[in-house]
Amino acid sequence: MYQLLLKLGQWIDARAGVSATLWPMMRHPVPRSIDGPMGWWYVFGSASMTLLLIQILTGIGLSMVYVPSADKAYESLLYLDYEHPWGWFLRALHYYAGSGMVVMLLIHMTQVFLHGAYKYPRELTWVVGVLLLACTMGMFFTGQILRWDTDAYWGLAVGGSMAGRVPVLGPFIVHTLLGGEIIGASSLSRFFALHVFIIPGALLAFLGLHLWLVLRCGISAPPVPGEVVDPATYEKTYHEELKRGVPFFGDALLKDIFFSALAVTIVVIIAAVVGPKGPNEPPDPTLLGANPRPEWPFLWLFGLLSLSPPAIETFIMLVFPVLVLGALFLVPFVSNRGERAPSRRPVAVLLVIVIYTTLGVLTYEGVQAPWSPVMNAWSGDPVPIDLLDGRSPLELQGAAVFQFKNCRNCHALDGIGGRRGPDLTTIGASLTRDQLITQISNGTPGGGNMPAYGKQMSPAEMDATVAFLVSLRPNGQVPAGSVEDSPIEGTTPQPESLTE
Amino acid sequence: MDTQTPSTTTVKHECPGATPPRRAFFRWLTGLLGATATGLLTLPILGYFFARRTRPAMWVEMGALADFPLGETRTINFDNPLRQPWDGMTSLTGVHVRYQGQGDDGKEQFLVLAANCAHLGCPVSWFPQSGLFMCPCHGGVYYETGERASGPPPRGLFHCVWRVKDGKLEIEAPHYPTLHDTLTGSLES
Ligand code: FES
Repeated sequence: MYQLLLKLGQWIDARAGVSATLWPMMRHPVPRSIDGPMGWWYVFGSASMTLLLIQILTGIGLSMVYVPSADKAYESLLYLDYEHPWGWFLRALHYYAGSGMVVMLLIHMTQVFLHGAYKYPRELTWVVGVLLLACTMGMFFTGQILRWDTDAYWGLAVGGSMAGRVPVLGPFIVHTLLGGEIIGASSLSRFFALHVFIIPGALLAFLGLHLWLVLRCGISAPPVPGEVVDPATYEKTYHEELKRGVPFFGDALLKDIFFSALAVTIVVIIAAVVGPKGPNEPPDPTLLGANPRPEWPFLWLFGLLSLSPPAIETFIMLVFPVLVLGALFLVPFVSNRGERAPSRRPVAVLLVIVIYTTLGVLTYEGVQAPWSPVMNAWSGDPVPIDLLDGRSPLELQGAAVFQFKNCRNCHALDGIGGRRGPDLTTIGASLTRDQLITQISNGTPGGGNMPAYGKQMSPAEMDATVAFLVSLRPNGQVPAGSVEDSPIEGTTPQPESLTE
Repeated sequence: MDTQTPSTTTVKHECPGATPPRRAFFRWLTGLLGATATGLLTLPILGYFFARRTRPAMWVEMGALADFPLGETRTINFDNPLRQPWDGMTSLTGVHVRYQGQGDDGKEQFLVLAANCAHLGCPVSWFPQSGLFMCPCHGGVYYETGERASGPPPRGLFHCVWRVKDGKLEIEAPHYPTLHDTLTGSLES
């Protein structure tokens, strides 16, 4: 039997020429130093590919149970989480292996950038790599939509609104994206097609090209300070080096296998311990209190958008991503020769530090989202009791108005409540009564952060609220302005009719 | 033997430098047929992917006029008829309705505002205590008229088209509104 199978295998191989084609590829030489400790820098690309394999496997599994229909998708997710054998695990693994893939890609890309491995003759390899990153991000976004819950629904809404800002073509793009006039079944089907056919198709095609280019142009040798890339002589030196090289399929590959196995183990453990992500509330657009958040690879963009002034946000939504992608494409064409070692390329190192710091800070802001009001703080977060101690009836009345008029949604007291506006725990020490009245009645001039409450409050309510706010001072501190009653520079002049 | 060279070479020598007319015609025909096939394939496929399905305007009942007290804002949830049969709960839509009394012409005046924030579409909530709409996403705030009060929205809330028919308030089924594709189209600037 074994003999027979062997014969069959040999026959197929003889006809198809598999080993004749693949074996030399697998055994192609790589620079000798990759066999040494420097080889550990080269493991991140293959690890992202291994995680991609997990994504394909788990994705196929999930597609056998998941129902891409707006009325059933949510239920099928619950079924996967709670009833289908190992369904929860597959969902968790699909999410964390995907996250791991993004992390590995970023590290791989950073390594290639820092080691100048994108330089001549590997410019195209880098460009295709950028496309792979774009596809992976696209997979992340579309995947979140398939998790058909409130976040998915409103994520689609926000995405649609952004696309809708494109001049002239906006409405057409939105309609094409949503697959109809409202967010619903057609939108889900579109994103399903994107997530399982269109983007994976592109991704696999680009991956094939990427690997082909790696084979064709060879793996770059670890950088050595002083060894510069010169397109005129590079090929010759590289081929000289390969003559002393080691076969890829051998010890060089061992590190890749080790690291991939480690990555898989970690991802599996995280998936098993943390469990599947969501779904959260069902996709009912009339459920109030929705507070959509993008997935973690997009939190920095969420932060950037929310922190940018409204005047330039359309630019950031529509032009900025194109610029980022364009800049990434251009990297190998800006510098495709010269030094490769990071120690000789301070600008490149600085750039990496600046970019990652920025991304980190923006992501942190995105997690905190201080710009989002806390919609139920006015009813859910009572005024801290010590801020009411020994207050006059008018001040107590003011505290009630302060709650009732939803001020807490944006203003914290003692750190509890919204953070869109300043914390008002000690406001009485910094703003005078008149300044408070002006601020409350007019809001931020020009319709900035605070709405004008002038028409939303009766004079009596205003009076009480201001009395309460003036009383908010650290113990023993006098009210603002009581020492010297001259107007503080830079404050808005008080309008004639204060509380009309 | 030299005189009997293969006939193909002899044929080639007959037309030096030029394609035989039969072959030229066949090339031309292939090009034409190829273009036809491509066109026949492309047009319906483009239509399938990108064309809009057109439907006459659909009206949704919001309730009897008496359900809307003067100067109060009511949030009405309804099933949007622009739905697909398999839309599930996603076709549920909310609007904020405010009865503003009778105009100078004696006609009822309503304000029907889409719940989608004019900034990036998040659902705004109505707070009757302060008379403001607030958006949970980036802190957009609107007055009871739908006018922008503060925050990042570039404009006020979107207005729905409404009418009074047989003592009932009806609105035109709203699509997902965006900055360049509002609900009142030409009525707004
Ligand atoms: S979506 Fe409402 S403020 Fe941004």
